[in-house]
Amino acid sequence: MNRVSGRRTPAWALGLAGVATLLLVVEIGPRLGIVDARFLPPTSQILAALADRLGMPEFWTALGQTLTTWVTGLAISLVTGVVLGVVIGSVPVLRAVTASTIEFLRPVPSVALIPVAVLLYGTGMASTLLLVVYASFWQVLVQVLSGVQDVDPVASDTARSYRFSPLTRIRTVVWPTTLPYAMTGLRLAASVALILTVTGELLIGTPGIGKLLGIAQSSGAVASMYAYVVVAGLLGVAVNVLARVLESRALFWHPSVRGEVAA
Amino acid sequence: MSDAAKVLRSVLLTVGLPLVILVAWWVLTANSTSYFNPPLRTIVGTFGETWFAAPSGEGFGESRFVHDVVPSVLRLLSGYSVAVVVGVTLGVAIGSSRALRAYAEPVLEFFRAIPPPVMVPILMLFLGIGTSMKIVVIAIGCLWPILLNTVEGVRGLDPVLRDTARAYRLGRVATVRHLVLRGASPQIVTGARQALSVGIILMVISEMFAAKDGLGFSIVQFQRSFAIPEMWSGVILLGVVGVLLSLVFRAVTNAVLGWYLGYRQSQHGGA
Repeated sequence: MNRVSGRRTPAWALGLAGVATLLLVVEIGPRLGIVDARFLPPTSQILAALADRLGMPEFWTALGQTLTTWVTGLAISLVTGVVLGVVIGSVPVLRAVTASTIEFLRPVPSVALIPVAVLLYGTGMASTLLLVVYASFWQVLVQVLSGVQDVDPVASDTARSYRFSPLTRIRTVVWPTTLPYAMTGLRLAASVALILTVTGELLIGTPGIGKLLGIAQSSGAVASMYAYVVVAGLLGVAVNVLARVLESRALFWHPSVRGEVAA
Repeated sequence: MSDAAKVLRSVLLTVGLPLVILVAWWVLTANSTSYFNPPLRTIVGTFGETWFAAPSGEGFGESRFVHDVVPSVLRLLSGYSVAVVVGVTLGVAIGSSRALRAYAEPVLEFFRAIPPPVMVPILMLFLGIGTSMKIVVIAIGCLWPILLNTVEGVRGLDPVLRDTARAYRLGRVATVRHLVLRGASPQIVTGARQALSVGIILMVISEMFAAKDGLGFSIVQFQRSFAIPEMWSGVILLGVVGVLLSLVFRAVTNAVLGWYLGYRQSQHGGA
């Protein structure tokens, strides 16, 4: 948004106006009876419910549980995804042998595992972790694989002719090329992992924000249900922002941080 | 290497590992007495009966496949199409105007960040638990990736192309069709790909909450009644549906984006 000139309204002001409009519409809509207030309480009531939650220790416990599940799942899939991705990507035979399997397993929707997870692990954190890891692992793996494939053949040949050891080759040639892809994978995986964490809590009943949302729903506490949805959304925004900051920090040297995003 | 050997090699590479995994699963569970891990033979045995046979010999039309799988997929496709149309239309509008983009972006970022399954309880309030709720859930979940990627794609259009279009006095419709949609299509397809995975997840989840038919409903039903082999067959079927949909998507992408993929390949030196 650097192109904004002095005469125009700055972008942040417009954005703020957009948020204000949303809050206002949600406040006025139910009050005028355009939307049934039993289904959509006005902003003020949602915010009041939210403030209520913020004062409760259970809320903070649940938030901590959600974040723990999310971080654990993300860490597991990141480490396994990067390690397996680099190994498979660097060995052409492995790559050729596993390609069809990866292509087949990746689109299998992770929610298909919900019944299996419940049977194997009950309603504990392990159940939700299984979903989270399965969903976010592929994001990382596939990105890392294409990153390793993108290594400049000349650089790779040069390293080989200088007799770099395989580890040095990975550290100095493969990794810098792969890192931008891995960061894209991390960013995608971070939001997928959050989605699956909350989904698992909501459907399986693993303790966390999702479970509280489910309880609010079944007890008809509509305003607090919306409050939890807002929390989930803000959590998602925080995750996105964090991932983007991390990405630009890790890739500050990269000439085209921007260009990689959609690749 | 002769051509036949080459073909043989690629076939071996493609089916080799999956075959090994399946055989391992088959052999390792062959004598399994574990209640939760029935032998693969049993799962495969129940597969046909569970999904394709009629309950009382009334023919294919009464089978679970027609009763549960087809409605699920139809709901997915309707919700998904709504999301594509709305997302691309709104995305082009928002992407083309700087002010509108700045105005809408924070709100859109927030809505995108809400995990879509969380919307199910809310939409249940408004729409009950019928088909329309499920379609709307799928549409809303699929909308954000498509919308935001379209906005990005439209924003990233080459300004020189825009100026050229203006200099040649291309009409509004022609500009949108030949310049904006074409130029943004790689990004739109990226968004549509993400939306498809979200859509499948939501198809299943919306049925797990409350439904009287559907693939997700049947699987949960099997799980709750401890019909374990049937449940596993459902999980496998769901996986197959996911894989088939992604194959269809890839075929469509190759047809629509042929020009772009070819361009990229030539840029990468034919690699």
